[in-house]
Amino acid sequence: MEKYKVVVIGGGPAGLAAALESFKSLDDKKVLIIERDKFLGGILNQCIHPGFGLHYFKEELTGPEYAHRFIEQVIESQIEYLTETHVIDITPEKEIVAVNKKGLKRIKTDAIVFAMGCRERTRGAIMTPGTRPAGIFTAGQAQRFINIEGYRIGKKAVIVGSGDIGLIMARRLTLEGIEVKAVVEIMPYSTGLRRNIVQCLDDFGIPLLLSHKVVKIHGKYRVEGVTIAKVDSQLQEIPSTERFIECDTVLFSVGLIPENELSKKAGVVLDSKTGGPVVDNTFSTSQKGIFACGNVLHVHDLVDNVTKEAQTAGRYAAIYSQYSELFENNIHINIVAKEGIRYVVPQKLNKNFVQPFVLRFRVDNFYKDAVVTISNAGKILIEIKKSILTPGEMEGIEISQKILSQLEFSNDIVVSLQNI
Amino acid sequence: MQKNKVTCILCPRGCTIEKKAQGDTFEFTGFGCKRGMKWAKEEFTNPKRILTTTVHVKNGEIDFVPVRTNIPIPKEKIFEAISILKGIEVLAPVEIGSVIVKNILDTGADVVATRRVGKKDSSDD
Repeated sequence: MEKYKVVVIGGGPAGLAAALESFKSLDDKKVLIIERDKFLGGILNQCIHPGFGLHYFKEELTGPEYAHRFIEQVIESQIEYLTETHVIDITPEKEIVAVNKKGLKRIKTDAIVFAMGCRERTRGAIMTPGTRPAGIFTAGQAQRFINIEGYRIGKKAVIVGSGDIGLIMARRLTLEGIEVKAVVEIMPYSTGLRRNIVQCLDDFGIPLLLSHKVVKIHGKYRVEGVTIAKVDSQLQEIPSTERFIECDTVLFSVGLIPENELSKKAGVVLDSKTGGPVVDNTFSTSQKGIFACGNVLHVHDLVDNVTKEAQTAGRYAAIYSQYSELFENNIHINIVAKEGIRYVVPQKLNKNFVQPFVLRFRVDNFYKDAVVTISNAGKILIEIKKSILTPGEMEGIEISQKILSQLEFSNDIVVSLQNI
Repeated sequence: MQKNKVTCILCPRGCTIEKKAQGDTFEFTGFGCKRGMKWAKEEFTNPKRILTTTVHVKNGEIDFVPVRTNIPIPKEKIFEAISILKGIEVLAPVEIGSVIVKNILDTGADVVATRRVGKKDSSDD
């Protein structure tokens, strides 16, 4: 059986950055990346629009360009990787079972980094009534069909959901000559970035229908249209506001869920808020020697943050392969999300690694002029004023050495939000 | 298409910036910072966007190569540029950064490949 120090599962942006960092930190360089697609780069390969890398590279790149910078380093460093290979099982002893064209493969490793990304919620997840004709896609699936396979997926489309992927697909369809009739959003606000609303909808005069939902899909063989309706503040359909929109294509862009089937099999404890593993500041999960980063951990809005997080995970995975005793259980204090904060990552702090880190979180609603505080043992350690906070934008707060030195380790760290 | 209101996209605040005629000159209101005002002035006079799309590849390991304009081009030329790119086929291999169309529509922008595409089967076992 082949033996590695660190095996990274997933060859997208998180996996590439984690592998590179593990590789740099290790003396014997036994690092392996396992990717199920034919190419490294993950979903970035189909994200051909610009907007990546503004924070990390200080320039505006497309998805494939961003991925290329890391793929090149992986190839130059001669890090081993397997493509078109599926991991089907992981044992508590960190034996990985994978399958590809050549058959079944068993791999033993000291540490594993989970970087499997996320999957899309579908029509079923929001229980949209109606028939099941051809022409219904998730937004990412349509993105792959158009940008990689080059299919013409329809002529007239309605997009459900106004997160960034829905907005970007509205523009992409328009450029491909597909008429986007409307973007339908159930919430009274879009969770997409402002720049995307301007550049993807306003530029092309595509209507954004807030507080609306699709109440029925019509069509026998191919989609013939959708019925939409207004919703009230409880998100319930308001009677007699129904309207029919003729279209042959419906795209669902209704959220992403970390893909944690393997994590569950490996016995990793998940956080019900993020959908990803509970981790500490080393990105170690509840299973010793298993680390997680990227969208499998929590869904990010910027790949730049994924890269930084994955580098930390990769570095600690390499440390684990040499000093596993530093990652014992019962060496943690909890980091807890309170009023106004939907979740925090990491959720724990490892007392053996009291080193500066970035605490990432999302708020649970729209806030104007609010203060984020981080406190411990009743004492406020940080107060940060924010003029705008939205659930769509992930926030990060640097936890410096100075703050860490004031911690009382018998108490939780509490993150909360107050209005001014 | 002349607008007198734009939404600033430089930060999450998303200021609405308005342009009002003051005799021969214009007055701008609603911006939250100097960067925003500078951005809005250009957005009012000559809005530009980076164009990204895909181009056919012959004999490649994938059939389409993603491309972009290396600098933003005027918004009103986007669809014309797209129709030019729809009619093009390049031959694999394509290197990332290679120029697919030089100075498209005299905008000064080159259309470049954003991904490497090897020849068909060259990377297979």
